[in-house]
Amino acid sequence: MQFPILSVIVFTPMLAALILLLMKPERKTEIRVTALAAATFALLLSLWVYFTYDKSVAGYQFEEVYNWMPSLGIGLHWGVDGISAPLVLLTGVVMFTGVLISWGVDDRPREFFAFLFILASGVFGVFAALDLFLLFFFYEIAVFPMYLLIAIWGWVKTREYAAMKLTLYLFIGSVIALVGALAMFWAVKEYTGTLTFDMLKMEEAIRAGAFDRMVNLFGKEVPFQVFWFPFVFMGFAVLGGIFPFHNWSPDGHVAAPTAVSMFHAGVLMKLGAFAALRVGIMLLPEGALYWKWVVLGLASVNVVYGAFIAFVQTDFKYVIGFSSVSHMGLVMLGFSTLTRDGLTGAGLQMFSHGVMTALFFAVVGMVYDRAHTREIPKLGGMAKYLSWPAIGFIIGGLVSMGMPGLSGFVAEFPIFRGVWQAAPLVAIVASISIVVTAAYIMLVIRRVFFGEAPAEFEGHIGPISVLDKVAIALLCFIMVCLGLFPSLMAPMVETGVDNILRLLGGA
Amino acid sequence: MEFISSHLLTLILFFPVLAALVILFLPRDEVKLTRWTALIASLVPFGLSVWLWVRFEAGLPGFQFKETYAWYAAVSSAFHIGVDGLSLTMVMLTTLLTPLAILASFGIQDKVKAYMMLFLMLETGMLGVFMSLDLLIFFVFWEIGLVPMYFLINQWGSANRNYASLKFMIYTMGGSLGLLLAIQLLGVLFQTYDLPALYEQWNALEGTVMGLPVASVKAIAFWAFVVAFAIKVPVWPFHTWLPDAHTEAPTAGSMILAGVLLKLGAYGFLRLVLPLYPVESEKYAGALAFLAVMAIVFGAFASFGQTDFKRLVAYSSVNHMGFVLLGIAAAAKSAGTMNAHIAMDGAVLQMFNHGLSAAGMFFLVGVIYERTHTRNLEEFGGLFPLAPVYGGILIFTSMASLGLPGLNGFVSEFMVVRGSWPVLTVYTAIAMLGLLFTGAYILKGIKKVLHGPVNEHWAHGERKLTEITTREIIVMAPLMALILVLGIWPMVILDVINKAVTMLF
Repeated sequence: MQFPILSVIVFTPMLAALILLLMKPERKTEIRVTALAAATFALLLSLWVYFTYDKSVAGYQFEEVYNWMPSLGIGLHWGVDGISAPLVLLTGVVMFTGVLISWGVDDRPREFFAFLFILASGVFGVFAALDLFLLFFFYEIAVFPMYLLIAIWGWVKTREYAAMKLTLYLFIGSVIALVGALAMFWAVKEYTGTLTFDMLKMEEAIRAGAFDRMVNLFGKEVPFQVFWFPFVFMGFAVLGGIFPFHNWSPDGHVAAPTAVSMFHAGVLMKLGAFAALRVGIMLLPEGALYWKWVVLGLASVNVVYGAFIAFVQTDFKYVIGFSSVSHMGLVMLGFSTLTRDGLTGAGLQMFSHGVMTALFFAVVGMVYDRAHTREIPKLGGMAKYLSWPAIGFIIGGLVSMGMPGLSGFVAEFPIFRGVWQAAPLVAIVASISIVVTAAYIMLVIRRVFFGEAPAEFEGHIGPISVLDKVAIALLCFIMVCLGLFPSLMAPMVETGVDNILRLLGGA
Repeated sequence: MEFISSHLLTLILFFPVLAALVILFLPRDEVKLTRWTALIASLVPFGLSVWLWVRFEAGLPGFQFKETYAWYAAVSSAFHIGVDGLSLTMVMLTTLLTPLAILASFGIQDKVKAYMMLFLMLETGMLGVFMSLDLLIFFVFWEIGLVPMYFLINQWGSANRNYASLKFMIYTMGGSLGLLLAIQLLGVLFQTYDLPALYEQWNALEGTVMGLPVASVKAIAFWAFVVAFAIKVPVWPFHTWLPDAHTEAPTAGSMILAGVLLKLGAYGFLRLVLPLYPVESEKYAGALAFLAVMAIVFGAFASFGQTDFKRLVAYSSVNHMGFVLLGIAAAAKSAGTMNAHIAMDGAVLQMFNHGLSAAGMFFLVGVIYERTHTRNLEEFGGLFPLAPVYGGILIFTSMASLGLPGLNGFVSEFMVVRGSWPVLTVYTAIAMLGLLFTGAYILKGIKKVLHGPVNEHWAHGERKLTEITTREIIVMAPLMALILVLGIWPMVILDVINKAVTMLF
C-alpha cells in the first residue's frame, strides 16, 4: 500500500492544533516552534504531492478510499488532479508563510495557531476531497474558525461586524449549495438505486443520464441541471467573491489579522471558486453551458468594478481587499468561458493570485504593525525603513498588473484568450481593468513606500525579522519562477482542464 | 567558445540581467565597485554584439543566429529569437548606448545599487523586443521594459517626477492593451505566435472571423497595433507623455528613453505592422503620413517655443521620429519599388542616427544641468567662453541633430525625403517646412545657451561654471565619432540595412 499522503496532509494541521491546545499557554516560544514545524511538514508534503504528480498519466492521483458512513454512501475519498494539486501546494505555502508572519502574535498564540491550523485542515480537505459530503464537511470546518480568528484577533474597530458578516454570507451560501448537492444526491440515488456521495461515481451516473430529468417549476418543466446549477455554483461562488455577493470579502480581509487575511484571500477564496468548479461545473455541465453567459456577465462586473473600487480606496488594506475581488473575477471569468484556455488560465490564476495576495497582506500587516495606520495619505517613505516589504510589494504589484515575466501574466493571458473565444466584446471591456489596476497599484506603491516619510515615523519604524524576510522571499520567488517558466505549472493544470472539457463535451 | 557562438543572442540578451543579480549581492556601501561592475557588465553585451555584427551575413534572407526553446506550450508560444539586418542595427544601438548611459550616471549618489540594476534590466527588456521572433515574447519584453523605466523616472527624476512617471506608464500600458487584445486574437486564430508562420497565415486568411469579414477585423487589429506603437514612437497626437517623461527623467534615463525606447515603437512598425498588414498599411499610408507630418511640423514648432532646454530637446525627438514614420508610410504606400527601399533605408538609418544624436543631446543638457541646476534657457547665455570644450561638443551634436551635411542626420533625412517625395509629394513638401524650423529651434538653443551676454553669476563665485570633465568627454567621444563616420561614410551600416530592407519590403 502506498503512503497515504493526502490523509497525512489533511490531518497534520488538525493534529498539530490538538497538540498545541495541550501545551501550556505561557510557553509561547515552544508553541511557535511547534506550529512552524507542523507547517514546514505540511509544506514539504504538499511539495512532494506537487512534484510527484504524474502529468503524463493525468486524472486523479494519490487516491485513497476509506469507509466512513457506508449506510449513507459517505466515504473518505481523497485524490488530487491537475487543478487541485497546485492548490494543495498553495495552501502549504500560505500556511508556512502565515506562521512565519505571525511569529509576533502575542495575544494567546496557542489558540491563534490552533484555529489557524484547523482552518488549514479544512482547506486541505476541500481541495483533496472526492466525496461530496466530505467536501462540505471540510468546507464548513474551514469557514468556522475564520469567525473566531477575526472576532478575537482582528482589527478592533470592525472585527465583530466583519466576522459576523463573513460567517453569515458564507453559511448562507453553503446552505444553498448544500440544498443543490442533496438534490443531486437524490437524483443519483433514484437513477442508480445506490446511495453515494462519491463524486466520481456521481459523475458516472450523470454521464449515464441520472440528471436527464425535469424539475417542475410553477407548472413549467425545467431541465434538472439548468434548475440546480445556479444554487450550487452561486452558493459556492459567494466564497469566491462573485459580484454582487462580494462585499463580505473586503470587510473580512480588513478586519482579519495578517496571517488570517493571507489565508482568507490567498486560499479561502480559492475554496469557493474551486468548489464552484468541482461541484457546479463538473457535476452539472449542462447547467454550466446554459448559465455561462450570466456567470460571464457577473464575473466581468467583478473584474472591472472591483478594479475601480480599489482605485478609490484610501485604506491600504481595502485596496488589496478589492483588488482580490477584481482578480477573483478573472478566475470566474475563466471558468465561464468553458474553453481550454480560459479554464487553464483560471487554474493558474487561482494559484498566482493566492501567492500574490498572501504577499500583499503580509506586507500590509508589516506596515500596519509599525506605522499603526493604514490610511494611505498618512503613510509614505516606507521603503526607507522597510526595504524588503517594499520590494515584495512592488513585485506583487507587478504580478497584479499582469506584467509579463511574472505569474500574473501567465495566468491572465490564457484567461483573456479564452474570453476572446467566448465573447470578444467582454475581453475588450475586461481589459480596461488592466490599466486601472496598473494605475492604483502604482499610486499605492508611490504613496506608501516612496515620497516623504511623515516625521513621526522617524525612529519608530522597527526593522522586520528574518522570518518575515524568508516569507517575502519565498512568495516572490514562486511568482517570478512561475512567470519565467510557465511550463512548471501550466501542463499540469491542462490535464485537469482536459477532464473538465471531457465532461462538458459528454454533456 | 563553441557554446558562446551558438548561444550568442541569448548571452547578449540575458547577460545584463545576470549582472544585475550579481550587483544585488554587492555590499550597499561599495558605490564605486557597483558603478564599475555595472559599466563592465554592460560592455560585455556590446563586445558580443560587435562579434555578432562581424559574423552576420548581410546577404542572406531571413533571420540568423536563431534559437528556440520551449516556453509556454499551453498558449503555443515558444522562446524564439533571431536577428536580421534591421534588428541587428537596433541591437548594436542598444548595447552601445547602455554602457555610455551607465558611464553618464556615475554622478548618481542615491541608491546606486538599485539604479544600476534597473538600468541593466532595462537593457535586457529592450534587447528582447529587438530579438524576439515570437509575438508573445515580443509583447513580454515590450512590457517588461516599462517597469525599470518607470522606477528610474519615479525615483531619480526631478521635481514633477510622480506625475511624469505615472503618465508614461499609463499611456504606454493603455496603448499596449489594444496590442495585447490583437495578439490574443491572432493566437486564437492560428494557435501559434511564431512570427514567420504568422506572416504567412495571417496574410493568407480569408472569409470571416467571429462573424465579421476578415478585412474589417484586420483593419481593427491594424489600428490596435498602430496605436500601441504610435504611442511609443511617439507620433502626434499621442506624444504628450514624452516631454514630461524626458524632462523629469534622470540624464541617463533620458538618453536611453530617446536613444532606444522610442525606437521600440518604430521597430514595431517595421517588424510587425508592415509585414502583417501590407494591404492595410498601403491603404492607410496617407493617414500615417499625415500623422508623421504633424509630428514633424508641430514637433519643430513646439520645440521652438520651449524655454526649458530639456523640453526643447524632448520635442526635437518628436520632430525627428516623425521622419522615421514618414519613411515607413512612404515605403508602405509603394512597397516593392526603389522609392520604398530608399525611404525605408532612410527610416532605419534615421532610427540609428537619432539614437546617437538624441542620446548625445540629452547628455549634454544633463551636463549643464548638473552644474547650474537649471534648465531654463533664459538663465543661460554666453557660456561659450566659460566652457569652450563643452560649447564645441554641444554645437557639433546640435549640428548632427539639425541635419548638417557631413554629419549623420543629413544622410538619413535626405534618404527619407528622397524616397517619399515621389510617393507622398504633398506631405513631404509640408514636412520640409518642419525641417526649416528644426534649424530654427536648434540655433535658438545654441544661441540661448552659448552666445549673447554672459550671465555674470556663472563666471564668478560659487556658481561658477566648470568645464566638461574627462569622464563626460569619454561618454560623448564614441557618439561624436559615429556621428561623423556615418555622416561621411554611411555605407558602414547602410549596407546591412539596405540588404535587409530589399529582402523584406
